[in-house]
Amino acid sequence: MRLLLVDDEEEFVATLAERLSLRNIAADWVTSAEKAEKMIATKHYDLVLLDVKMPQVGGRELKKIIEKKLPGIKTIYLTGHGSEEDYQAGSAEAEYYLMKPININDLIAKINDALGK
Amino acid sequence: MEKLLKIFSPNFLWGGKQGKGPLYRHMFNYSRLWRSAVMLTALSAILPLLAISWFDYNVTRKAVKAETFSHTSRTVSNTKRTISAFLAERKSALDFIVHDNIYEELIDPVRLAIILKNLRKAFGGITDIGVIDASGQQIAYIGPYSLEGKNYKDQDWFKEIVGKGIFVSDVFLGFRNEPHLVIAISYELPDGTFYILRTSIDTDRLTKQLLNLELGAQGNAFIINTQGVLQTPARHHEKVFEKIAIPVPEYSPKTEVLQYNDPDEGSQVLGYAYIPDTPFILMIVKNKDEMMKSWHKTRFEILIFLSIGILIVMVGIIGFATFFVNNIYIADQRRIKTLHQVEYSNKLASIGRLAAGVAHEINNPLAIINEKSGLIKDIFQLRETYATDEKLIGLVDAIHASVARCGAITKQLLNFARHMDFSFQPVDLKKIIQEVIGFLGREAEYRNIKISVNVSEDIPQFESDRGKLQQVFLNLLNNAFAALSDGGNLDISAILLRDERIRLTVEDTGCGIPEKDLKKIFEPFFSTRTNVGGTGLGLSITYSLIQEIGGTIDVNSTVDVGTRFIITLPLSAKNMKEKNNAPAPRGR
Repeated sequence: MRLLLVDDEEEFVATLAERLSLRNIAADWVTSAEKAEKMIATKHYDLVLLDVKMPQVGGRELKKIIEKKLPGIKTIYLTGHGSEEDYQAGSAEAEYYLMKPININDLIAKINDALGK
Repeated sequence: MEKLLKIFSPNFLWGGKQGKGPLYRHMFNYSRLWRSAVMLTALSAILPLLAISWFDYNVTRKAVKAETFSHTSRTVSNTKRTISAFLAERKSALDFIVHDNIYEELIDPVRLAIILKNLRKAFGGITDIGVIDASGQQIAYIGPYSLEGKNYKDQDWFKEIVGKGIFVSDVFLGFRNEPHLVIAISYELPDGTFYILRTSIDTDRLTKQLLNLELGAQGNAFIINTQGVLQTPARHHEKVFEKIAIPVPEYSPKTEVLQYNDPDEGSQVLGYAYIPDTPFILMIVKNKDEMMKSWHKTRFEILIFLSIGILIVMVGIIGFATFFVNNIYIADQRRIKTLHQVEYSNKLASIGRLAAGVAHEINNPLAIINEKSGLIKDIFQLRETYATDEKLIGLVDAIHASVARCGAITKQLLNFARHMDFSFQPVDLKKIIQEVIGFLGREAEYRNIKISVNVSEDIPQFESDRGKLQQVFLNLLNNAFAALSDGGNLDISAILLRDERIRLTVEDTGCGIPEKDLKKIFEPFFSTRTNVGGTGLGLSITYSLIQEIGGTIDVNSTVDVGTRFIITLPLSAKNMKEKNNAPAPRGR
């Protein structure tokens, strides 16, 4: 199982990835959609955690790009905003929609759930 | 009675029974408006009334005065005619005698005595009769005095009669000490000489006639001569033959009436007439005040009429002015209250937007703190040195707990500001209430809180946002639970109102809300339970949700008695749209 975390807040995403690794969940992280695309081109991922609001290419748009390359990939949206738009997108398009700050145990439960474990 | 008092003591004058000034009172001076309305209306109503009354007063006064003068004039004229007739009769009688008898007969004492006797019989009051020849010598005399042979040649009256042929004397006291006057008439003989027939008449009859005139208690009728000497007695006046205090009025051939001021008796009306061919002036004096008595009564009536008129007009004006100004005041108060509510809604919305903005900005750093502290804990737990250090683990947990608390606040803030589309669907109010109670059922059981639900059966399913309604009930019930002590009561009831709305009350027997806090409870971050985890957002979110579904929320509360939230909800989406500019809540 390998996860890709995409969030423009490097401090956040790097720390989260490290915490997941400590729990034996392999997670790569990038801080932009462009980098994410590059990562996907080189590795296989079972699940992506996408920040909905990112500069240039946001999480929803990136999800579409990723799904083309990795059909069947699972997605969990993260957001620090909780706007109506985000909420609706998150509820309709992704498996889960989590608001920052997140609880690590909740996140792991959602990941397991999304991957059917 | 209370209504009447209310009319004359309206709120706008005193600012309400509680003594508190109305809102924005400094902007509107209702007392001044009321005073202006009363003054202007009173002026326009009372001035014409005063003018008419003044006009009527003067017209009536003039009419009464004219009538008084006219009455006096008539009395004087009539009396003058009577006196003239009295004297004319006697003059005619003498004239008849000199023509009916020849000189020789007249100087015959026997014949003259018969004539005197006949005159006395016919007219009365004739004292004597005498015949005087052209040399002034009294040739014959019948009477009580021995006047025969007396010569009158040098006396004024003799000179006067020679020119005029007839003479009427002033009144004088005769030898019997009774007032008399003399009438003398001359008769020319064929030889060019003349003789005079002279008679004395007592004035008793004249005096009686004057005294019998109806002139009122203060009235006075008398005769003076051209020198102003009294010829007949006068009531309340000088004695006969004394000069009267009033100056002799100037000659006029007709009756005159004038007014003068008596230092002792006040204003007097004087009527006088010169009696032709005599030295007499008839005078009638009346007290003006006495004569104007009828006028005084009329004047009193006019004043009473005027006073009552003004009183009625003023009561009417004050009543109407009060009514209208009070209506303006009430309308203004409503307008101000609405403005106030709009301001309040705007304030809430602004605070909400600001808070949401802050929440956005805080959320990311908060997430970083969360992850960093999480990582610290992870590392601690992995290393034996720290894993057993309870203090370190406790510190990290405290950071986590605080982050979680901040997270809860930012989430609520974002919810508060979120403006979701309405998701209308038919909802069953009772069912929603039961569902929400289901969440809290265990706590209620544990704390022995009695919850009673009384939803009127006639409330149909209605269109509303189920999720928002649930949130509203959850917030209100949470609040009530926080306020209730164990064993308290919570009553939820709903009735259908006539205007297609539902009135819902959530009432608890909890600790209540102090009056100073009531007005703030719907404001974000206002909480009295911050020390026990209250965020101060529950009720502001409730308020915002109720506004979104077109309802209103009000609160009543008494400390140590309980709190009642009153919510109205529209039955249909149409109503909801109409009510979407719902007024702000009012803390009472």
